[in-house]
Amino acid sequence: MKRDPGLYDYLPYDRRPRIRWPGGARVAFWLAPNIEFYELDPPKNPVRGAWPRPAPDVLGYSYRDYGNRAGFQRMLEAFDRCGMRGSVSLNVAMCQHHPEVIEECAKRGWEFYSHGTYNTRYLFEMSEEQERTVVRDSIDTVKRYTGQKLDGWLAPALTYTERTLHLIAEMGLSYCCDLFHDDQPSPVKTARGRLVSIPYSLEMNDAIVFTGNALSPRAYGEIIKRQFDRLYQEGAESGTVMCIPLHPYLVGQPYRIAAFEEALAYIVGHDQVWRATGREIAAHFLANDFDAFVRASEPVGAAP
Amino acid sequence: MTLPPDYLEYRRRRHGMDHDRYPWSMLHRRKPVRWPNGARVALWVVVALEWFPLDMAGKPFKAPGALVTAYPDLRHYTLRDYGNRVGIFRVMQALERFGIRPSVAINAAVAMRYPSLVKSCVEHGWEAIGHGLDMDHLHYEGLPKEQEQKLVEESLAILRGVSGQKVRGWLSPARSESFSTLDLIAAAGIEYVCDWVNDDMPYAMRTETRPIHSLPLSNDIDDVVILVQNRHSEAAFVQQVCDQFDLLYNEAAAGGGRVMTLSLHPWAIGQPFRIGALEQALQHIANHRDVWPATGAEILDAFAAQA
Repeated sequence: MKRDPGLYDYLPYDRRPRIRWPGGARVAFWLAPNIEFYELDPPKNPVRGAWPRPAPDVLGYSYRDYGNRAGFQRMLEAFDRCGMRGSVSLNVAMCQHHPEVIEECAKRGWEFYSHGTYNTRYLFEMSEEQERTVVRDSIDTVKRYTGQKLDGWLAPALTYTERTLHLIAEMGLSYCCDLFHDDQPSPVKTARGRLVSIPYSLEMNDAIVFTGNALSPRAYGEIIKRQFDRLYQEGAESGTVMCIPLHPYLVGQPYRIAAFEEALAYIVGHDQVWRATGREIAAHFLANDFDAFVRASEPVGAAP
Repeated sequence: MTLPPDYLEYRRRRHGMDHDRYPWSMLHRRKPVRWPNGARVALWVVVALEWFPLDMAGKPFKAPGALVTAYPDLRHYTLRDYGNRVGIFRVMQALERFGIRPSVAINAAVAMRYPSLVKSCVEHGWEAIGHGLDMDHLHYEGLPKEQEQKLVEESLAILRGVSGQKVRGWLSPARSESFSTLDLIAAAGIEYVCDWVNDDMPYAMRTETRPIHSLPLSNDIDDVVILVQNRHSEAAFVQQVCDQFDLLYNEAAAGGGRVMTLSLHPWAIGQPFRIGALEQALQHIANHRDVWPATGAEILDAFAAQA
């Protein structure tokens, strides 16, 4: 095991090349709905159980299923009313299980990036060959069902090996959402290829907020607005990124969606906001900022 | 450690669900359902009457509300039993004030220990539904099927005997099921189950013998989840209940009838400082026209008649 993931150098927030988003926007704002399929009785991974309760975990399984059956439509309509596209963090088996959901996203020009095959199949303990098979499956499935080239990655259930980010870069993906060390995009040091880390805030993630921190829906709306206000203020100096990661089974609950939509409307009511997708942010950063960020970075000193 | 090759086999990667209990269906694409008298929302309150034995084993996991300390945990035992002695009567009064007859999920142990409580519920026109034996007898895979069958049959026989009702609905203790639970309760005459939280409307499920319906009992709009588990204030509880109602009420205008559920545990909501929050939330709902307060069985009958 390593003591440092070795995936990025040090680049302090106060001495970076300036990021200029399209149209002079201060904040690149993107929505990352996790559109997921959880299996009722998945095979066991030796280091992580799929469900807190023994299978069948009816409560956990059916709560997730709510997202596809009911919550998704409410989230979709809230995005539509606010003129936002989603960048879908997709368990790619959703293409087979629920293509009706995928079609709704596709016809609105949403992006699809990979969140693994199922949210109940973890990368922990995979061989390199198995992991390549999973990435290849994602590339092929997204291409076949949506026509899109797969550009982004968020590991299924945030499970990894030391190889994961190197493999996705080598296999042609351009960005990942797996690192939480920054509010701006940053270069990832990979063995091959060029990979950008795009901010995907766990702190703004409805799963962390509701399931982990047990905030109320209205409190969620408030922290979204405060997060945005500060990033918008700082974005006057150099472009920032704001992401709201979502789960239709959570934010799409009847008692939650209105407070979320109100916060969303607040953000898009500001004029210097770039309503982007993950792919667009990555491409802009790669074309304009990646090399300058690499040059400005300091090597990390050795730990004692 | 490595993963076996079959970790990447996806035998149920296909259109629809990864099991055969119910077909895949999107709520907002279904034919609208009409409730009696043109109601937009069926208001379904489910009250749970629970008994947590002092010597709980917590197998295979502790049910929400389970005892906490080393034996004998008098503190939590009695606080839960408070609901059966005191809290339930505040809940009863509040519901009666708003003309609501709930479904009441009753552990068979409660029915045996406090038959007069069951009688009170029946006299108020409440619908008794099965809630297993007690909060320490969970249904789970690994329990031998004969034992689970006995749990189902015994607990229903007790509740049917004490309540004098047919008992058509079922809520598993802790909403925990084995792969056989739906088959077993359907065979025992149960027509609807409230464990699954994947919808806002009823839908049909398959069993070995005859179909059963899932009725959508939210696990979020629940006093214990909001007030005890999430530690939200009473004001936040009221807000969330009202927000849930408002969204469903608005959605029903175009999408057809919806079910608004409220899951209550008298040991939690029946505390003197909390019962007012229930009354406030119910008052908000009562301020709307076209709300149909109904029991689970009444909702099932209205739904099944249109299927």
